Amino acid sequence: MQKTLLAVAGLMLATPAFADGHANTLTVYAPDYFGSEWGPGPSIEAAFEAQCDCDLVYQTGDVLPRLLLEGENTEADVVIGLNTDVTKKARESGLLTTHGVDFSGLTLPIDWTDDTFVPFNYSHTAFIYDNTKLDGFDSFDALLDAPDDVRVVIQDPRTSISGLALVLWVNAVYGDESEAAWAKLAPKILTVTKGWSEAYGLFTDGEADVVLSFTTSPAYHIIAEEDLTKSAAIFDEGHYFFVELAAKVATTDNTDLADQFMAFVLTPEFQSLIPTTNWSFPAALPADQWPDGFQSLPVPEKVLFYSEEEAAALRDEAIEAWRAALSQ
Amino acid sequence: MLTFDGVIIAQGDFHLAADLTISKGLTAVIGPSGAGKSTLLGAAAGFVSLKSGRIVCDASDVTAAQPGARPISMLFQDHNLFPHLTITQNIGLGLRPNLRMTAEETSRVKAAIGDVGLDGFGDRKPGTLSGGQQSRAALARVLLADRPVVLLDEPFSALGPALKDEMLRLVQRTLVDAGKTVLMVTHDPDDAESIADHVVLVAEGAATGPFDTEAVFANPPAALMAYLGTRVSRRS
Amino acid sequence: MARSALPIITMVPAIVAGAIVVVLTLGTLIAVALRAEVGSGLGPADWAAVRFTVAQAFVSASLSVGFAIPVARALARRQFLWRRLLITLLGAPFILPVIVAVLGLLAVFGRNGVLNTALAAIGLPEVSIYGFHGVVLAHVFFNLPLATRFLLQGWLAIPAERFRLAAGLNAPVGRLLEWPMLCVIVPGAFLVIFVICLTSFAVALTLGGGPRATTVELAIYEALRFDFDPGRAALLACVQFGLCAIAALVAWRVSAVDALGTGLDRVVQRWDGSRWIDGIWITLAAMFLLAPLSMVVFQGLAGLDDLPAEVWPSIVRSVSVAIVSAFLTVGMALALALQGGRLVAVIGVLPLAASSLVVGTGLFLMIFPFVRPADMALPVTAAVNATLALPFALRAISPAVAATTENYGRLAAQLNVTGWAWVRLVVVPRVRAPLGFALGLAAALSMGDLGVIALFADADAATLPLTMYRLMGSYRMEAAAGAGLLLVAISLMLFWICDRGGRVNVDV
Repeated sequence: MQKTLLAVAGLMLATPAFADGHANTLTVYAPDYFGSEWGPGPSIEAAFEAQCDCDLVYQTGDVLPRLLLEGENTEADVVIGLNTDVTKKARESGLLTTHGVDFSGLTLPIDWTDDTFVPFNYSHTAFIYDNTKLDGFDSFDALLDAPDDVRVVIQDPRTSISGLALVLWVNAVYGDESEAAWAKLAPKILTVTKGWSEAYGLFTDGEADVVLSFTTSPAYHIIAEEDLTKSAAIFDEGHYFFVELAAKVATTDNTDLADQFMAFVLTPEFQSLIPTTNWSFPAALPADQWPDGFQSLPVPEKVLFYSEEEAAALRDEAIEAWRAALSQ
Repeated sequence: MLTFDGVIIAQGDFHLAADLTISKGLTAVIGPSGAGKSTLLGAAAGFVSLKSGRIVCDASDVTAAQPGARPISMLFQDHNLFPHLTITQNIGLGLRPNLRMTAEETSRVKAAIGDVGLDGFGDRKPGTLSGGQQSRAALARVLLADRPVVLLDEPFSALGPALKDEMLRLVQRTLVDAGKTVLMVTHDPDDAESIADHVVLVAEGAATGPFDTEAVFANPPAALMAYLGTRVSRRS
Repeated sequence: MARSALPIITMVPAIVAGAIVVVLTLGTLIAVALRAEVGSGLGPADWAAVRFTVAQAFVSASLSVGFAIPVARALARRQFLWRRLLITLLGAPFILPVIVAVLGLLAVFGRNGVLNTALAAIGLPEVSIYGFHGVVLAHVFFNLPLATRFLLQGWLAIPAERFRLAAGLNAPVGRLLEWPMLCVIVPGAFLVIFVICLTSFAVALTLGGGPRATTVELAIYEALRFDFDPGRAALLACVQFGLCAIAALVAWRVSAVDALGTGLDRVVQRWDGSRWIDGIWITLAAMFLLAPLSMVVFQGLAGLDDLPAEVWPSIVRSVSVAIVSAFLTVGMALALALQGGRLVAVIGVLPLAASSLVVGTGLFLMIFPFVRPADMALPVTAAVNATLALPFALRAISPAVAATTENYGRLAAQLNVTGWAWVRLVVVPRVRAPLGFALGLAAALSMGDLGVIALFADADAATLPLTMYRLMGSYRMEAAAGAGLLLVAISLMLFWICDRGGRVNVDV
């Protein structure tokens, strides 16, 4: 009984902190990898706190599910790390507001004019392989025509953002022929994982020859491990664009601080931290200011991208094509 | 004094009626197995619920009281000591159910250990003691609890004849001489005859008696006759 | 004599423990269902997932129990060097974090694994682990140890005299003694493993090889995290509870008795069976269970050097959560076991059937209006882990508590040793061995669990498994393997300490 009382007392004591009372605390919801010690979170926090005279606090986890669960009572001032796949749902929730950030400095390969979401880094979905074992593939067709003993590991489009990007990519390249394309890829697919980490682990363990990842993945191996054996296959048909976004929460009680952070996202200070922490291309930094390993990365000439309306309309069909072909 | 006042016990097909008063001294409960000797004691101790009637101890009605709240101590056929507790702790439970004993209580426990001849065994666990020593320890706890009524449900049945006699004498010397009301189940009529002041017969759905021991064995009623069988005819 | 006639202890602790379980399992489900807005019904793909889930769970549970029979029999009747250590190690897969175990399995059965390398060396074709059989293989790997423990318990519960009697009469031991025991133990063991397999999804996904291997739990994940459709998630969770309820009813019609966690030290002296066949079964089981485990150790050693400083505080956090959670589990299990009865048995199965995603989300919805979720991350993790481990703890200690009440309940009632004194002076010392086992198991299960943390996580309060995932998410696969090794080592150590502590100086 005494223990129960203590626990209840603990709950009571914890409550005042909940009031989000500090006027100069900025609460940022971010995905787990973003806020971790090896992600961009800590260095961005330090850089921003140096100029805002405030306290930036990350709440990590599933950003959008959490925001939607909390609704208008959310503690978040800013959310970061959303993808284009969820922007429609996020926008329709009415929980986000416009940002007013100047986009003139953007260096994205596509036009970006969204008034709610600010892009902070981008990449392209790509298949990564070991260039000492495979010659690579110069087109999607070449991958589909590869011998069946080439083992590919991909992510599930129903549980993973990169997996969903892949089925949209296949849809963008093959359209109505998507199911046939999947059928050609199916024998080569070793397995489908829940998330990116498991798939990439299978690849680095040598279990798979090819993994679905991003054009920027080799940069990690080049810069952090001085390992030049991992390459992204660049396809003639083009690559699906993958961008990460930040947005301001409508119910923030720290509007000025949130605005300040949103503007900070596109400053060179923030942008220059991105490549070697989030292993992606910065959204607003000229290529000549990228780290060496990034400047030399091969990038696709053609970039494929569906607007959120298009993506939402195509999603079920694209996943069904994948499911039908792989369930054979 | 222990009174079964119009007691009726019903458990499925089993029925037992008891309407009798046990006075001070040693009363033996005899009867065929399965007739309900243990059940009768269980009812007095509070482990068997009554269909009707009352259990009265020295003028106070204890029918609704919890087993531990009745002025009754009981020893069972087995499991009379907790094997993981020392002899001192086992006996101490008779004074303090939570074992938080004062110095005075500890010395009383020590004295009780001595009374039953177990000096030096206080720190041992029951498993390292002989059967007779375990029985003495259990008896020491009953002594210490000092409740006016004591129920013995064949606690010495696993002992050899010599040890059993020794224990019965110990019961006589300690409990009976101290003026307790002792009710003792036994399956050996010789035991009853040798040390009991009175006898209660449990047979054919009823507990009858108490009878004066000498008189009843000299001139047994029909139910007792049926139970005792050839033994009686041989003696007579 | 009815046990209810012995009011040794009040019902309050059992009611509190039962309420915690019900709130965390059914309560969270209701919280999620109430949050539903749009809510789409279940489509054909969902029913395909239900069929796959049931099929793989059925096959996995059948094989786990089927293989456990010869293994447990061999362990029950053979004495050999390091038997005790082997039994402890054979239990390890059950407490392994899923992702660590999968990587270990792949290192043995994968394309580049030990098995296929050996096959290639002697010119045999490659064996693929991916597909239905891969899911089953992984589930047998996880649950064979559990099934073996259940059955070993059954064998050791047969009194030695009966084996002597059978040998004296030259009677068939199998039909006379073992078959009736199996009829009692197997349904319960099958039920527990079937339900565990029903609710697993990380394994199914990685080794399943594609969308055919979609389970209900995966569909719940999709609904909650990706579609944000709480209504659908709640519906699917109900389906999952329904499946578990049907399985439980079927199994209970056959039998309800089972035990876990009492002494396994004894060897029954036997006069039948072949030493060789027993030896082969023990060797096969040891190889199947220990090879992936050794690969986890082997791969992890390389990564130990790369471990970042962040790992150490996460170990402290995980161990603290595991200890709190283990004591909570054992406390709840004790409270429920002291009460006993059918209702307690039902409460004891509920957490097995619950989807940890729904539990996490529901709890978030319940807590959010009052407390900042991140502040509650570790307490919530401890509470949920404790509840999820409860079924195993309850199975471990219930028979011992029942036996204690049976043997000493009247004596205690007579002496007025009731309430807390009864628990402190009698029950806890009497059931120390299974209590230690349950404590160790709960601590180990808590160490490896990632469960609900995703919604509650605080950037600065990661547990060891979460740190491991973070390392993987930032390309640091080697360091992640090192963290995985630490996770396994600490889990096993916690289990060993508790299990051992419960057995020292036990007075029978």
